[in-house]
Amino acid sequence: MRKFRSLLLVGLLVVSCLFVLTACGKDEGDGKIKVGVVNNPPSESGYREANVKDMEKVFSEANGYELKTFYSDKNDAQLQAAKGFITDGVDYLLISAAETTGWDDVLKEAKDAGVKVYLFDRKIAVDESLYEAAVVSDMAKEGDTAVNWLLSLNLPEYKVIHIQGAMGSDAQIGRTGALDAQFASGKMTKIVQQTAGWDEAEAKKIVESVINSGEDFNVIYAENDGMARGAVAALDEAGITHGVDGKVVIIGFDCNKWALRELLAKKWNYDGQCSPFQAQIISDLIKSGKSPANKMIINEEKGFDAKTITQGDIDTYGLGD
Amino acid sequence: MQEECLLTMRQIDKKFPGVHALNNVDFTLRKGEIHALMGENGAGKSTLIKVLTGVYPMDGGEIKLEGQRVLIHSPQDAQNAGISTVYQEITLCPNLTVAENMFIGRSGVVIRRKEYEKRADEILSRLGIPARSTQLLGKCSLAIQQMVAIARAVDMKCKVLILDEPTSSLDDKEVQMLFSLMRDLKSQGVGIIFVTHFLEQVYEVSDRITVLRNGELVGEYLTEELPQVQLVSRMIGKELEELSNLGETEEKQDEEKEVFYEAKNLSSSDALPFDFTIRKGEVNGFTGLLGSGRSESVRAIFGADKVTGGTVTIKDKRVKITRPVEAMRNGIGYLAEDRKRDGIIAELSVRENIILALQVMNGVFKPISRSESEAFADEYIKVLNIKTASRETPVGSLSGGNQQKVILARWLLTHPDYLILDEPTRGIDVGTKLEIQKLVLKLAEEGMSITFISSEVEEMLRTCSRLIVMRDRHIVGELTGNDLNQTQVMKTIAGGEA
Amino acid sequence: MENKRKKFLSGGLGQLTIPLIAIAILVIFNLIRDPGFFGIGISHNNDGNAVLSGNIITIINGASELAILAMGMTIVTAACGGQDISVGAAAAIAGSVFVKVLKSGSSISVGTVLLAFAFSCVVAMIFGAFNGSLVAIFRIQPMIATLILYTCGRSIAYWINGGATPTVDSSIIKAIGGFIPGIPVPTPVFIVLLMAILFKLLFRFTSLELFTQSVGINGAAARLNGINPTLIKLVSFIILGVCVSVSGCIGVSRLGLINHETLLLDIEMDAILAVAIGGNNLGGGKFRISGSIIGAYVIQMLTITLYAMKVPSTDVKAYKAIVIILLVVIGSPVVKARFSKLMARISENWKKATVKGAEE
Repeated sequence: MRKFRSLLLVGLLVVSCLFVLTACGKDEGDGKIKVGVVNNPPSESGYREANVKDMEKVFSEANGYELKTFYSDKNDAQLQAAKGFITDGVDYLLISAAETTGWDDVLKEAKDAGVKVYLFDRKIAVDESLYEAAVVSDMAKEGDTAVNWLLSLNLPEYKVIHIQGAMGSDAQIGRTGALDAQFASGKMTKIVQQTAGWDEAEAKKIVESVINSGEDFNVIYAENDGMARGAVAALDEAGITHGVDGKVVIIGFDCNKWALRELLAKKWNYDGQCSPFQAQIISDLIKSGKSPANKMIINEEKGFDAKTITQGDIDTYGLGD
Repeated sequence: MQEECLLTMRQIDKKFPGVHALNNVDFTLRKGEIHALMGENGAGKSTLIKVLTGVYPMDGGEIKLEGQRVLIHSPQDAQNAGISTVYQEITLCPNLTVAENMFIGRSGVVIRRKEYEKRADEILSRLGIPARSTQLLGKCSLAIQQMVAIARAVDMKCKVLILDEPTSSLDDKEVQMLFSLMRDLKSQGVGIIFVTHFLEQVYEVSDRITVLRNGELVGEYLTEELPQVQLVSRMIGKELEELSNLGETEEKQDEEKEVFYEAKNLSSSDALPFDFTIRKGEVNGFTGLLGSGRSESVRAIFGADKVTGGTVTIKDKRVKITRPVEAMRNGIGYLAEDRKRDGIIAELSVRENIILALQVMNGVFKPISRSESEAFADEYIKVLNIKTASRETPVGSLSGGNQQKVILARWLLTHPDYLILDEPTRGIDVGTKLEIQKLVLKLAEEGMSITFISSEVEEMLRTCSRLIVMRDRHIVGELTGNDLNQTQVMKTIAGGEA
Repeated sequence: MENKRKKFLSGGLGQLTIPLIAIAILVIFNLIRDPGFFGIGISHNNDGNAVLSGNIITIINGASELAILAMGMTIVTAACGGQDISVGAAAAIAGSVFVKVLKSGSSISVGTVLLAFAFSCVVAMIFGAFNGSLVAIFRIQPMIATLILYTCGRSIAYWINGGATPTVDSSIIKAIGGFIPGIPVPTPVFIVLLMAILFKLLFRFTSLELFTQSVGINGAAARLNGINPTLIKLVSFIILGVCVSVSGCIGVSRLGLINHETLLLDIEMDAILAVAIGGNNLGGGKFRISGSIIGAYVIQMLTITLYAMKVPSTDVKAYKAIVIILLVVIGSPVVKARFSKLMARISENWKKATVKGAEE
């Protein structure tokens, strides 16, 4: 009896071992490409929401991927998550960093572990050898385009409220740079330059504070659509006009559909495009197995003027719904 | 007997604003003696102990310990002098071990655990306390916890040990364990001051009794020479002979009246099962010493504590009363014993306090209008002669007697069929006391049933036609007619023959 | 005359003394600093509506969510002797539900807005009941009990709209958060007024005020008078739930979008402060809703004053903290006792002086 029982036990052990082995084998054998994505949270902005959705759509199981995601706007948390993905043994690591600095060690770790790194949306201040390619928007160019458009208005004076995104992010640095140059040259006057961390409510507060301080202004340069929306809400409450026929020129970025509609209604003046669709480009690179000659792959982007925008533009370029 | 005096307190005087708490009180404790300190509530027992342990500074008098005059300004001084107190509620830490509890706060910074445990075990075994030094205190029974507290005191080389109501949460077996420990300490020469309200225990364990009343010393007696009924009469304040000579109270004819409320085997989380009836227009009372269970019983009637069993009929109809609001809907009102804690809403106005119970009965969706509530308040302020600056004065700023009248008004406004008054006259001036007694009789005449509780037996004899006597949480007698006199009441409370 | 002075010295306005003095100080300060601060003008906004503009309007409008939350917080404070620190997070949930329901229909009509509000209200009341049962039934300290929702509330809100920050573009929502065409006063101001009236009616047609105060002052006595303290505490949290939902929906309507991470962020502290500035005892008991409402306007006025002094919006919190510390310390029992002692001495000296004067 006892012998039978121990035999049964051994049998069970063998069977379970086999099961584990086959399970392992299956895991290795199904050929899915493991991708870890470290991104900012979708609540950040309409841009990010579209970006996250796009990533999840392209790197789907149907397309042969096994996707792991992590969303945070804290650089430290992102670094931790990236390390975790490397330990988990992902094949590719895709990063849109909260801040441009602090990534050297993690990327070296990835390289040692044989994990290929793609940067998307935002650049990181590291040596080019540490990543395969960076599929990004040229934020500085976005800023330049917008500022050049603003200069083309030939306003008698430029009194600018400059609402910045989360400090240290690639988008903030790029879009701020162009305007800072104008402040430095004296062409434009800086009424307020303050960060709202991409947040609508904080942007509204900033504009409120300027209105209440009695300072005059005629341009609001918000580094994304949401913050522009918050700024406009403050203007509406105070009874200050804005847009094409209004007192204050409104500039936003990202090209959310709702923002472009504001443009079409002539309540805003300008919206700079920032394409969130990098996933397909990266997927193509991964599947082709080739390294691109130029590691910097820049999404072509443009800006829209309220005077010339059409419904067609909204349907083609607008994000979200 | 030539016994060695351990502690002498002479002409101790202590005044609080408006109260002479201790008036020239003497107290003597001898070596190797268990000395019971007796008196009703407010007699000055706890004040005396707090003076002795340095909690209160005394206004006059002197304390000598073994013939040496000592100055005690703080509990720490008392402890250093060798006076230790073990309170009713355990003041040790349940999440520490027995040993840690015995040595906590006494050692320097360095904790020498092994040494403490060894010493603790020694003391525990010497005193015969069935506990181990490494046990968590919280895991021990209450009696053991109490004994550990005593052991801690003993280890601190205490000469005088004060036990303040140590037995109130112990069962009989645990009480016996505690008593044998007390006798043990006594044989080792420790003087023990024993404060309790259990008369039997006094006679079982104490050698001598000191009785206080109204802040004054009544006398010191050898326990064997003072019969129980004598003790009670001295606590309450009437000489036995004097009591016997009191005229008989007027006989009242209640038997024909219909029964309003009847409880069978009613029990609550705090009251043992009891039977109780009251007729329409009857005034009866619960009497007994403090802690005898009289308040707990009436609280059970009102549903103030968790009702655990029994059947209740009101006007021959079975009713369920488990919450105060159900009692109120059945026409019962209850003026609680502790006015501050359970009666007044101190920061609300006299007006709001008066209408509170009626408002509850009306329900939340039928508020009494401002003008109506003002009319009610004015009416009762006049009827009960409540002395207040205005009806909008916060009730907390009124004197005790007027606060009590406000609560009385609150219940009268609900026009109850049956009103329970638990110590309505405590701590209020004589004039108001009489007013309230008269009011009780008048209301009864109008057909209200009233249960009246007072620690002053005299007062109850004046108002009640039936007295239910309680001792140690049991009803031990019911007195009516000719038996309604102080001698009989005290005999029944004491449970012995005169 | 003598009587009147005595009454003034002992705080003739009672509870409202402190908040009214605070407002008076702020008004005087601003008048000295810049008399134009209180100017009100009429301007035309983008929709062509004539609207009132000026700092006063900004203050009254901007304090709306805070004032409404402060009303509910007052009841909870009175009944439970503690505060709900989850109101901001709960408002994010209520706002998310509001937007979720709005977006689920094809178009936004007055009906759908009311339906969405009803949904968000019910959800907020359920979360209020959750907090309330932790406090009333399980006797957990209010701050600890509501810490749970404070921590997880915005995550729940995240989940409702799948982490997105959807926008709602509708003239009705714009009218709720901004101006109704033809009316120059911002709509949130009317909503505050409506809520204040509702509270007034609640206390007029029920005896909730008396019961709540009784429970807060002396729960044991209230119980022995037939009041159910558990129920009263639970009800207070449910009422706060309604306030949370209303202010959440206003917050959403102002921007026309829900950002669950930042909607009414950090408002719980301001709401508690409004209650405290309003002279209400944070330990429960007697209360005056009007005090809390004034408290809310004091806080907003302080913010706008700081803005007007060109303090950047990110720095305002630090300056506000200093002023609020002063206010709370002045209102503390210790200072009050010292002050009344001082006043007694002054009036005695005054008496002496007048007597002396008369003799001479």
